[in-house]
This record gives sequence, C-alpha cells and structure tokens, in this order.
Amino acid sequence: MTQTHVSTTINGDKVEYLCETDETLLDVLRDTLSLTGSKEGCGSGDCGACSVMLDGRLVCACLVLGVEAQDRKIETIEGMASGDELHPLQQKFLEHAALQCGICTPGFLVAAKALLDENPDPTETEVRYWLAGNLCRCTGYDKIIRAVMDAATEMRGQA
Amino acid sequence: MGKQDRDFKAVGTRPLRPDGVEKVTGRAKFGADLSAPGMLVGRFLRSPHAHARIRSIDTSKAAALPGVKAVVTGDSFDITKVSSGNHDTLANVMARDKALYEGHAVAAIAAISVSIARKALKLIEVDYEVLPHVTDVDEAMAADAPLLHENMFTANLTPKPTKPSNIANFYEFGHGDIEAGFAKADVIIERSFKTAATHQGYIEPHACLANMTQDGQGELWCCTQGHFMVRNVCADLMGMEISKLRVTASEIGGGFGGKTTVFIDPVALMLSKLAGKPVKIVMSREEVFKASGPTSSTSMRIKIGATNDGRLTACEGEFNYQGGAYADSPVQFGAMSAFACYDLEHVKTVGYDVAANRPKNVAYRAPGAPMAAFAVESVMAEMADRLGLDQLEFRLKNAATEGTRSSYGPTYNSVGLTETIKAAQSHDHYSAPLGANQGRGIASGFWFNFGGQTAVSLNVQEDGTVNVTVGTPDIGGSRASMGLMVAEELGIEYDNIRCIIADTSSLGYNDVTDGSRTTFSSGLALINAAKDAKAKMCARAARIWDIPAEAVEWKDGCVQPAGANAGEFEPMSFAEIAANADNTGGPIAGHHEINASGAGVSFGTHMVDVEVDPDTGYVKILRYTVVQDAGKAVHPAYVEGQYQGGAVQGIGWALNEEYIYGEDGRLQNAGFLDYRMPVASDLPMIDTVIVEVPNPGHPYGVRGVGETSIVPPMAAIANAVSQAAGVRMTELPMSPPRVLKAMDDAKGG
Repeated sequence: MTQTHVSTTINGDKVEYLCETDETLLDVLRDTLSLTGSKEGCGSGDCGACSVMLDGRLVCACLVLGVEAQDRKIETIEGMASGDELHPLQQKFLEHAALQCGICTPGFLVAAKALLDENPDPTETEVRYWLAGNLCRCTGYDKIIRAVMDAATEMRGQA
Repeated sequence: MGKQDRDFKAVGTRPLRPDGVEKVTGRAKFGADLSAPGMLVGRFLRSPHAHARIRSIDTSKAAALPGVKAVVTGDSFDITKVSSGNHDTLANVMARDKALYEGHAVAAIAAISVSIARKALKLIEVDYEVLPHVTDVDEAMAADAPLLHENMFTANLTPKPTKPSNIANFYEFGHGDIEAGFAKADVIIERSFKTAATHQGYIEPHACLANMTQDGQGELWCCTQGHFMVRNVCADLMGMEISKLRVTASEIGGGFGGKTTVFIDPVALMLSKLAGKPVKIVMSREEVFKASGPTSSTSMRIKIGATNDGRLTACEGEFNYQGGAYADSPVQFGAMSAFACYDLEHVKTVGYDVAANRPKNVAYRAPGAPMAAFAVESVMAEMADRLGLDQLEFRLKNAATEGTRSSYGPTYNSVGLTETIKAAQSHDHYSAPLGANQGRGIASGFWFNFGGQTAVSLNVQEDGTVNVTVGTPDIGGSRASMGLMVAEELGIEYDNIRCIIADTSSLGYNDVTDGSRTTFSSGLALINAAKDAKAKMCARAARIWDIPAEAVEWKDGCVQPAGANAGEFEPMSFAEIAANADNTGGPIAGHHEINASGAGVSFGTHMVDVEVDPDTGYVKILRYTVVQDAGKAVHPAYVEGQYQGGAVQGIGWALNEEYIYGEDGRLQNAGFLDYRMPVASDLPMIDTVIVEVPNPGHPYGVRGVGETSIVPPMAAIANAVSQAAGVRMTELPMSPPRVLKAMDDAKGG
C-alpha cells in the first residue's frame, strides 16, 4: 500500500514519518515511532488507554488516523515528566498506589492532566465523569480518584 | 483485631513500588510493546460459525501472496507427539476437525505487514459443514442437545454413562445426612438462580513475540500470569525440549485468571519456526472476547433449612456450569466453596461441568465461587428475613471457625470469618439510615488460596544491597511486597532491595501467578532464601573472627558473637559482611525451592447500599464496604487495592456484564462499548477494612488476598436490590430491563 509522508510535532519535537492511509495515530506512535507508552486496549475508543492530546484536545489515538496528524501538535505520556522530575499526577499515582497492573495508567494520566489543565479544582464527581472514558479493571478507581484529587490540591498550591 | 504478638518493621508499611516510575512514564514494557528486527506480524482466521465441521482448508492462494512468509493450520502441529493433557489446549489454539465456537482459530498467517496479512486471510478457503449449536447451559444438558464431542462421557458418575453427552464431569461434596437435616428444619427455602458468563476484562489484549531459530531453539516474550507454564505447554505443542525454549514474561496488563493458559503463543512460535523470522501477534479486543477464556454461565438450585432460632440444619446445592467448548468450568470449586462459610452438620453439593459452543473457559478470580456465593448468600439473606433475624447475627451464629469441618472436607485451622462479620457489625455503614427505594445487602464469601511450586533467588551485592529474583509475574504490586518481606527478614532498608521477575531459564519451575499465591508462596520462599543468606553471612563472620559458625548469631541486621564465650567482637553489619564477600569465600546468595502448602483460606464480608430507580430499573451503588481477612497485610495499600478491585469487578458482574448470544450462536457484544464494565462515574469510593487473623502456614501470617474480594459482591448487591425493589432477584446481571421486569411482575402478581 502506498505510504503518505506526514510532518507533525510530538512532545515538542518535529517528527516526520511515512504511514499507510488506514494506519491509526496509535499504530504510528507505537509501531513506527516506538512511543509505546500509549496502549491499545480496544482499538474502538472505549477504553482510553491510548489517550493523547491533539492540539490541546483529549482524544483516543486509536480513533485518529496517522495522516491526520499533519501539522498538528501531539502530546503523549512520554512527554509528561520533565527531565528527571515526575509530573505531580505521576507522583501522586505512585503515592496512592493508584495503579496495579499499570496498563491503563498512561491513559489515565494523560486524561487527568487534561482535566486539571481545564479545571484545577474539580469535585470528586467531576473527576469521575471526566475519567469515565478510561477503563481500569484492577483498582475499582478509588485510589485513582484520590490521586487525581490530591494532585489537583498540590498543583493549586504551587500555582 | 486478631493482631499478632510480633512487631513488624517493614511489613505493614506503604512504600512506593519499585516498578512504579516505569509504569507512570509509559516506559514499562507490556506484551505488545516489544519489537524485533525483521519481525513479521501474525494474524488469525477464525470461525464465523458457532459449530461446524471443517471439511477442508485451502491455504495455497494465501501462501502464494507476496509478503506472506508462513501459514499455520491445525495440521501444522503433530498431535501424536503432544501429551494427552494438552490435546484440548492444542485443539483450542488451532481447530482440528471442528470449529466449536464463533472465533475458534482455524488458520494463521505471518506476513511482512498488517495489510498483507489481512489480505492473505481473505484468500484462505475453508469449507465448513455448519452443525446445530447450543450456548445455554440448561439446553446443553438436555438429552437431545447438539453434541460437541462424540467421545464425552460424564466422568465420576456411577453407573458409567453409555451415551455421550455435553456433561464432562460430575462432582459431589459434603457430609452428614441431608434428609435428616431438613427434617429438623423449621423453615426451608429453595430457589433457583442463573448467572451470565462474564469476562475477566483485563485491559491488555494477549500479545507475544516469538523467535524460533533454525537450530530448534526458541525465545518467547509474552504477557502471562505464568511464563513457566507457557514454556512447558508451548514446548509440548511444538515438540521441543523444555530447556530449548526461554520465555520472558512482559509486564502484564491484568489477568484475573484469564492469562493462565496459552492462546496465541504456540501459533506465533510455529509461524516463526516456519518463516525463520521473529513473529509478533497481538489480539484485537474482539478476539479477546470471542477467543480467550471467559468464565461460566450457570444454573443453580439452593435449598437451605434452619430452625426458628437461626441455626442451619441442612444445606444443599446443585451447580450446573457452562464451561465452554471443552467443558473447563470451575464448577468443582463452586460446589466446594458454596457453603464453606458455615459450620454445618448436614451439607451436600453436586456439580455438573457442561460443554457448550462458547470459548474454552479459563480461570476468573476465585474461579467458580462468586456464582455459588450469589445463590447461597441470596437464600441466606432471605432466610434471615424470614426468621426475623439480623443479617450479620444470622451469619455469625452459623459461621465456620477454627475446628469446623468444612463443607468440602478439610477441618479449618485458624480462620477469620467471625472477625470480618464482627468488624462489619461495628462499622458505621451497617447502621447508617437508608432512604426511599434504597436497600442494604450483606454477603460473606470464601476462597481457598493456593501455594504451589516456587523457586526464588536472592543475591547480596558488595555494597550491601540485594537483588531478589522471583518467577511469579507481578500483576498488582507484588514486587513491593517481596521487597518488604526481604527487608523484614534481613533487617535492611526496603530501598536497598530490588526485585525482578526472571525468565524461565534463570530459576526453577514456578507455578502460575494464580490462587492468590504470589505474596504467600514467593514471599515464603524469599523469607527462607533470606534465612539461607543470613546463615551464610553468619559463617562468613565466623570465618573473619576465626570462631566456629555456631558461635555467631544474627540480630537486628548484624552478626554478633552468640555469647560471652564466643569471644569479644564488634557486631558486623550486613553491609560489612557483604563488602568482605570476595575475601571470605566469594559471592553470597540465598536460594529456596518449595512446593508451598499452608496457604490459609480467606473469608470476607461485604456491605452495599443501592438505590433502584422505580421507573427504569437502574441500580445505583451508593456505598460499598469490604471487610476481609488478610492474615497479615504486607503492603496495606495494595491489599486495599485488591479488595476494591474485586468488589468492582463483582459490581460489574452483578449489574451489567454478560456474554449475549444471538440465535445464530454468535456473540453480539464483543467490545467494551456493549460489554459494559464499570467506569469511574458508576461508582462511589470503596471502603475497606483489613482484618488480620494470622495464617499459621506463613512465618508472617500472610494469606492470599486477591480473590476473596470478588466472591461476596453479586450476592450482597442482589440482596440490596431485592430489598430496594421489593422482589427477590435470582438472575444476573441485574440490568435495568431485568430489574424493571421483576418489579412489574411482582406488582402484577
């Protein structure tokens, strides 16, 4: 199949790649660019494990085509920590034991960051509904919700 | 409650997990995250029919397509060289004469790209003779049901059946005289129940990367709960010597029992062998639903007798579990565990393991127990109401304790059911007020727990840090628990211990991470490995001091002379002895190999409040409390996590999740949109109470905690919904249409 050339920005870096027209952005991230932090749990936008930011909007990378990333800005889990410092959400997920197996964790973190960027002081209900597009089968969500609320508190303190 | 005398320093604290940063930064490597140079992609062709004879498969056009490097069908494997215990596994991995369910693999392709593999699959011609199918457990048991296996004669029945059927096995457990017991009862309640099949629902689909070389050796990377099991089964199916296949367990994105067998791994190995290149296979979510191993749908009948003052006189249960295409249901565990919570003079359970045209069953968290508990605890709740007794008091009155002869045979040693019930009684949840259309449900539950084959290694480094090597994949933070137990035993800092999961060539055989065995068994082995290392370090110190090894002792992380007669020497620290290893005999390591027993059974009691919408039948979970005996919680945060996770899986099972089949025998909801697992907005916080009644079979009192938490939820929720809706719910899931219909029927009646 003929491949298309795409120029885009991922985690602040200019990136170019070739992809088939039916390849998803998730395929490109994982298989072409080796950014395997975004996970494929369903391939149908139901589990949120491939959550990424596309021009500042939270999307499932499995529902975006690789060719659609032309001239866009993509942020993935790989860009969340800065240098040797974890993002407060990442740190709080560890402190609250908010992950068990960890497969859903990157998606939750990207989605939670999108929430806190938009709403730094969410209620528990707001957190629960915002994260309703991310499936976790291990934790029952309790510790994830607590970690996000705690991170929000800490980030407000820093601001 | 139930505290031990011992003071723990490390065990019982909540440090960060050692593998955490990799997992929050996206760097942890899960099954699908590894690639190899020159790698091919593998894809499956699967049966569109629920039941069909495969007359022929023509793969010639597919094989001729440029870019296709290997094609595999059932004939690619030599079944005559495979041990009989793996014949069903082989036939499930790749159909041989018949496709037994929609999604059953019939062929596989390895190609240089996904698009070529997809095109190639369409070129495979399969000539099917479609056969009548059956998916319902009761229908599959009928005398005139379509037969899946012409050689299936019910085992353990006397007299031995003369005709084949879909019933593979019969089980019977209990003691006493059931009729005499019912004769003593003032009240007898008998009810029938049905539950739908559910899936473990791990978020990570099965994935593997196989690399067979032309000299007959192989490597396999895969997400599994047990890479030693994968190695042995794959080696058998491939006709290889075990030592020539090295399997490395990736990080695993959930399993819950569903990754305790092989589906794609042997096929990837065979494709790799034929192609002479590495082959990666990743299942789609649809494939996971259709062709991995969900648990049983069931049909059950429970009869319980009690005196007016609330003492159980007899308990009887019949359990019919649909076990998929090869009848692998956990009905035996269902029948064994059903009445395990109670101290009974007369008890009898029977179980039937039934084949149907559905995916081959695999374990799902406390396999078989949640359905049985749903039925039993529903009748228990109804009985308490009928007798006018408090739900918890009724259970307390009949609770199994130390010395109780269990319903499945053994006599319990120290167990913690009573303690969980009492903790529930004193929890403020139990006395909180309820509003209109709300109900509160209670249920207790039991799980056996497991020990099993375990081999570990512990290496002391020259700077006084320690590397620990286990063979049990870490699904939920077990590396942290391992570190804590080693820190406790060695008296060194948790941060100075690093635990890894070794590949199959690096350790002796380790059973699968299942049966809530990992923290118990690998922990037990590590404690013994640490003792082994300590004994060696004592000998090293004795050598340095030039005194007999018996004249030194280990105290507070140091070696010191055992008494005044031994001589006067300053105690040597762990780090000092480690630093001197090269002068005192070389590297210091501890090892332990064991087939662990004494896992220690576990009980839990759950409370849940629900509100039922009278107009729609929708059930909202308002409040949920899990009380469970952990023996000793090694890392309490991850123990709580197991309690919460099990409860929420149970909530999904109770309210929404089900395999829905059409008349054509095809699964209608093979995706997360329609197989509706709980999401964050469905739920409240899940409160937990950790009870600690030490397990005498573990040096620290540890019991497995992973499975018991999924046993009570369906019953507790059914009891709550039944109270709120004013009608006894006897079928799962309690989805809105089903609850609404039950309420309407009750009004009409």
